[in-house]
Amino acid sequence: MTKTSIKSRRARETRLKAYGIASISFALIMLATLLISIGLNGYSALQQAYFKVEVSIDVEKFIDESGALNNKKMNLFNWDSLVQSALIEMFPAVKDRDEKKELFAIISANSGYDLKETVKSNPLRNGSQNLAVWLHLSDDADQYLKGRLSIEIPEEDRRISDKQIAWVDSLVERDIAKLKFNKTFFTSADSREPESAGILGSVIGSALTLFVTIIFALPLAVMAAIYLEYFAKPGRITDFIEVNVNNLAAVPSIVFGLLGLSVFLSTFGLPRSAPLVGGLVLGLMTLPTIIIASRASIRSIPPSIREAALGLGASKMQAALHHVLPLAAPGILTGTIIGMAQALGETAPLLMIGMVAFIIDIPTTFTSSATAMPVQIYMWSDSAERAFYERSSLAILFLVAFLISMNLLAVVLRKKFEKKW
Amino acid sequence: MRRNGEIMTSKFRTKNVEVYYSDKKAIRDISLNIEKNIVTALIGPSGCGKSTFLRCLNRMNDVIENCSIKGSIHLDEQDIYGPDIDPVELRARVGMVFQKPNPFPKSIFDNIAYGPRIHGLASSDNELKDIVYNSLEKAGLIDEVKDRLNDQATGLSGGQQQRICIARAIAVSPEVILMDEPCSALDPIATAKIEELMNELCESYTIIIVTHSMQQAARVSKKTAFFHLGDLIEYNDTDKIFTQPENEKTQDYITGRFG
Repeated sequence: MTKTSIKSRRARETRLKAYGIASISFALIMLATLLISIGLNGYSALQQAYFKVEVSIDVEKFIDESGALNNKKMNLFNWDSLVQSALIEMFPAVKDRDEKKELFAIISANSGYDLKETVKSNPLRNGSQNLAVWLHLSDDADQYLKGRLSIEIPEEDRRISDKQIAWVDSLVERDIAKLKFNKTFFTSADSREPESAGILGSVIGSALTLFVTIIFALPLAVMAAIYLEYFAKPGRITDFIEVNVNNLAAVPSIVFGLLGLSVFLSTFGLPRSAPLVGGLVLGLMTLPTIIIASRASIRSIPPSIREAALGLGASKMQAALHHVLPLAAPGILTGTIIGMAQALGETAPLLMIGMVAFIIDIPTTFTSSATAMPVQIYMWSDSAERAFYERSSLAILFLVAFLISMNLLAVVLRKKFEKKW
Repeated sequence: MRRNGEIMTSKFRTKNVEVYYSDKKAIRDISLNIEKNIVTALIGPSGCGKSTFLRCLNRMNDVIENCSIKGSIHLDEQDIYGPDIDPVELRARVGMVFQKPNPFPKSIFDNIAYGPRIHGLASSDNELKDIVYNSLEKAGLIDEVKDRLNDQATGLSGGQQQRICIARAIAVSPEVILMDEPCSALDPIATAKIEELMNELCESYTIIIVTHSMQQAARVSKKTAFFHLGDLIEYNDTDKIFTQPENEKTQDYITGRFG
């Protein structure tokens, strides 16, 4: 009798264990599939097709009386035509206007600008001189070189013509076009041209936004948690506040965006698309998360510690600040970092306050126009160019890496500050 | 001061004290005077209200939600529930040692120094050091810990931790020390040390101890109050209570018929 019941109990235990292992493996496989597919799509964005162009530049033209480079003079100069004529020199057979246009389409539309920036950053000697510069090929040529554009489909359905393919191939043969590490992706902000687009702008935008979020949300949340745990008189009002803090944690994030739009932008007249406003909105969104985590953490501290302090004549505030808060800090920190990670990945509320704008400058202040990483990914994934597709995949990998390192930081800090008693 | 030929050395005078948790009455109509510089024991079965009463004496019940108190408690001549009394100030005069040793998870030194620091009792580092050393000495702990004042207090044994808590209470120079079953988590040797300590300390402090152990009450206290179901049944000299109790319930309790 007992033997059979023990046997069936063991069998049930084994089965339960197997279910657990199966569900964990399933989750891990899905995660791996997701990361690998994004990785396969995105890894090629680490490289970009460049071509080498040799131009002769007469520095005298750009120097003013004091002998320094004059920006205005440089901006007035037609850099595009300089690059284009260099390109035509490489292909002397191209004479026809339409054909020339087709040829210019294999290089980046921003080539002139890029050349100017290179010249600016290069220390130049006086007089005319020859300069060899690597500039971006167009996104279509780039995708063709990476084998991401199929050449089997008919020419009229393709983004790159047979002639252009021949020119690109010839550049590669002459060793003046090749795939190089895509530095631009890490050093510039958004652009209409995939080859000039980078994530730095949105990374800095996200960093500025999160900074505002943490400065705004953490102190408020900790104070609210201490108040609710230790000072609030139990009663209807406290219950009402508690219920609503929990409700707020479940409010869809876009609602916070609407709130930000009507309060921060319309009422207070704060600038649109600014990390300041984004940070405030995300701060409101993470506030309940941090309050709940902080309260749980404060509650987990043995009441005897607080009683000991009160028994010695510490005021409630001293007991909370001197004894409870330092012990609760690891838990509060973990809650905060998880809240921050949530805020980092949030897109919807930022759309409402205009952080979805196309911004080509890297933000420098809390009020300058900026965008955030998830919004940048959203915008790129919405673009027609194939080259944006791989870039958004790479940006996703970046975002995921960012999130993982934030969570790791939470674990490490927790381990470090945890006190045993 | 003499009144009716009796020496008035009461430290605490309580009159008609009643404590409610929400609507439930925990103790009712307690009136007793606690004498200065002796050990007074509060005994009684679990849930009889002795800890509740003890916690009224330094207003630790204020911390508990839904707890309300009626009646009056005077420390010396001052009503401790009066409007001009700050519970924080009161607790500096009436220290407390809890059932479970609860040192702060900090160094031994910081544990003792915390009270003097928040009350501003030391004007210099040396003065603070003196207070810490004196307190540890009074708690009979100085020889055991003087070489490791910077160690975590939580790393000490249970008995040592409890004596750290006593030293911590002494460091604020209170007039009264309340002890809520201070030995219930300790072994007999540690208990003996603490009892010995109480004997020494009552020369300079008034000590009120809640205890489950009647032997302990008999050993350490001079006066004993017996509580039962929220009532004060009997309050007398310890010798009297344990040899010729006036009340039948007291008799039953100390002879172990219930409790």
